Amino acid sequence: MTASEKYLQTFAETFGVEAVEAAQLEYQSIQEWDSVGHMSLIAALEDAFGIMLDTDDIIDFSSFAKGKEILQKYNVGL
Amino acid sequence: MWDFERFADHTALIGEDGEETTYGRLGAAGAELAAAVGGRRLIFVFCANEKGALLGYTAFLRHGAVPVMLDAGLDRDYTAALLARYRPDFLWVPVDRAAAFAGEPTYSAWGYALVRTGESGAFPLHRELALLLTTSGSTGSPKFVRQSYKNIRANTESIVRYLELDMAERAITTLPLHYTYGLSIINTHLSVGAAVILTGKTLAQKEFWRQCREYGATSLAGVPYTYEMLEKLRFERMDLPTLRTLTQAGGKLPPELHRKFAAAARAAHRRFFVMYGQTEATARMSWLPPERSLEKCGSIGGPVAGGEFFLLDGDGGAITEPGAVGELMYRGDNVALGYAESGADLAGGDDFGGVLATGDMAKFDRDGCYYIVGRKKRFLKIFGNRVSLDEAEQLVQAAFGTDCACTGQDDHMLVYVLAGADGPAVRKFLAEKTGLPPAAFAVQTIGAIPKNEAGKTMYAALATGGAAEARC
Repeated sequence: MTASEKYLQTFAETFGVEAVEAAQLEYQSIQEWDSVGHMSLIAALEDAFGIMLDTDDIIDFSSFAKGKEILQKYNVGL
Repeated sequence: MWDFERFADHTALIGEDGEETTYGRLGAAGAELAAAVGGRRLIFVFCANEKGALLGYTAFLRHGAVPVMLDAGLDRDYTAALLARYRPDFLWVPVDRAAAFAGEPTYSAWGYALVRTGESGAFPLHRELALLLTTSGSTGSPKFVRQSYKNIRANTESIVRYLELDMAERAITTLPLHYTYGLSIINTHLSVGAAVILTGKTLAQKEFWRQCREYGATSLAGVPYTYEMLEKLRFERMDLPTLRTLTQAGGKLPPELHRKFAAAARAAHRRFFVMYGQTEATARMSWLPPERSLEKCGSIGGPVAGGEFFLLDGDGGAITEPGAVGELMYRGDNVALGYAESGADLAGGDDFGGVLATGDMAKFDRDGCYYIVGRKKRFLKIFGNRVSLDEAEQLVQAAFGTDCACTGQDDHMLVYVLAGADGPAVRKFLAEKTGLPPAAFAVQTIGAIPKNEAGKTMYAALATGGAAEARC
């Protein structure tokens, strides 16, 4: 699985949505992505990629697209 | 209720954009709104953490109307059921949601509209009745807690005293206004001429922390989950020079988290207050002094000024021995009048008589510090809200026609339904009905719910899906 696929899959699994929907998500755009869901997502991404996100990145992680941009700093091949 | 005139030139509210509202303006706008209401009316306030909601709450309370504080995002069916049962005279709602309600908007200010429902004094209101709040997280139950003016004054005074609040304080909202703990922050800060930073942003958003820094927040309040988030965000490394006080209530903090925040607060010269309360006690019953927060880790401390705790054993006898466990009872002027289940109950007087059976099992140590060790009834605290497991079961059974058993631990309800039931739909349903995050509910299918001969669910035979409640 490529890093992009892994990223997409983590979103889809965390929020229980289809992959097509996952790529459009923003914070609070669905009920599942609230502050609790946000922390679950961060934990799942950290597990999936074996990284630890900085605080600034956790609170800046406001959408699927923004997150992808942020993870590039962590050299995970996205 | 509050003396706004005394603080007329002080800032009362700070919005997300940084705009400041003085007590003078809040009071004047409140008088106009109250004039549009015209007296002692029952008003549903659909609130978010914004100035319009605060305007309504303070105006109604100060001018003798009785507000019912509800979440602006409340489930539609639940809202309709409450409206039918209590028949309020007015609604105070965000302007963009006013159209969703039948009725005529008669006045608007600060982004909120006053909607006349067509009812007029459908039910008499007891003269001492000040405010109605839902029993936190009740699963669609129409039950309200009836709070009196005396309740609010007494609890406000006690809290102001132990938190040592003064007009230099600036609390930032992390909790909703329809939640008793969130509302107690408003009540106490407005009583001393302090400011409240109103934000709809959450701890997971950069914008929240910008507001916290730029507007000089001096205190943060949180339920146990808030502290789990703060830990994950490596809160101790954040640069928040104006922040002096952290408070925690809404459920038992895991002892290791209690210890961690107590130690970090001490190192950062901040005060960390662990507290205990319930809507039925207006908000607060006890607090643990920050200087004892490490030594007495896991404790809820002792009663607030003017309050008293005692423990009852299974036979209703008072427990006098340290270490013995009994039901925690509280006596004080902040014990609410009672419950209401429909409009007719709003004429009711003081049912509780100043004594509250908390439903929590507790013990005390030789220094008089109390510890919650269990529960008398089957409920969970989910993100600070008390959710009845039996009510959750009944809701799922009624909506899905499946046998159901609810168990689990705080912040994690485990819902068993029969094979063939739509698990994800049950989860979504419970989240909507309770207004709580879907992540708080895990649904598992099972062949049959284990029952004893009397037909009662044998919860011990279900895997609980986690460790028993952590103890210190």
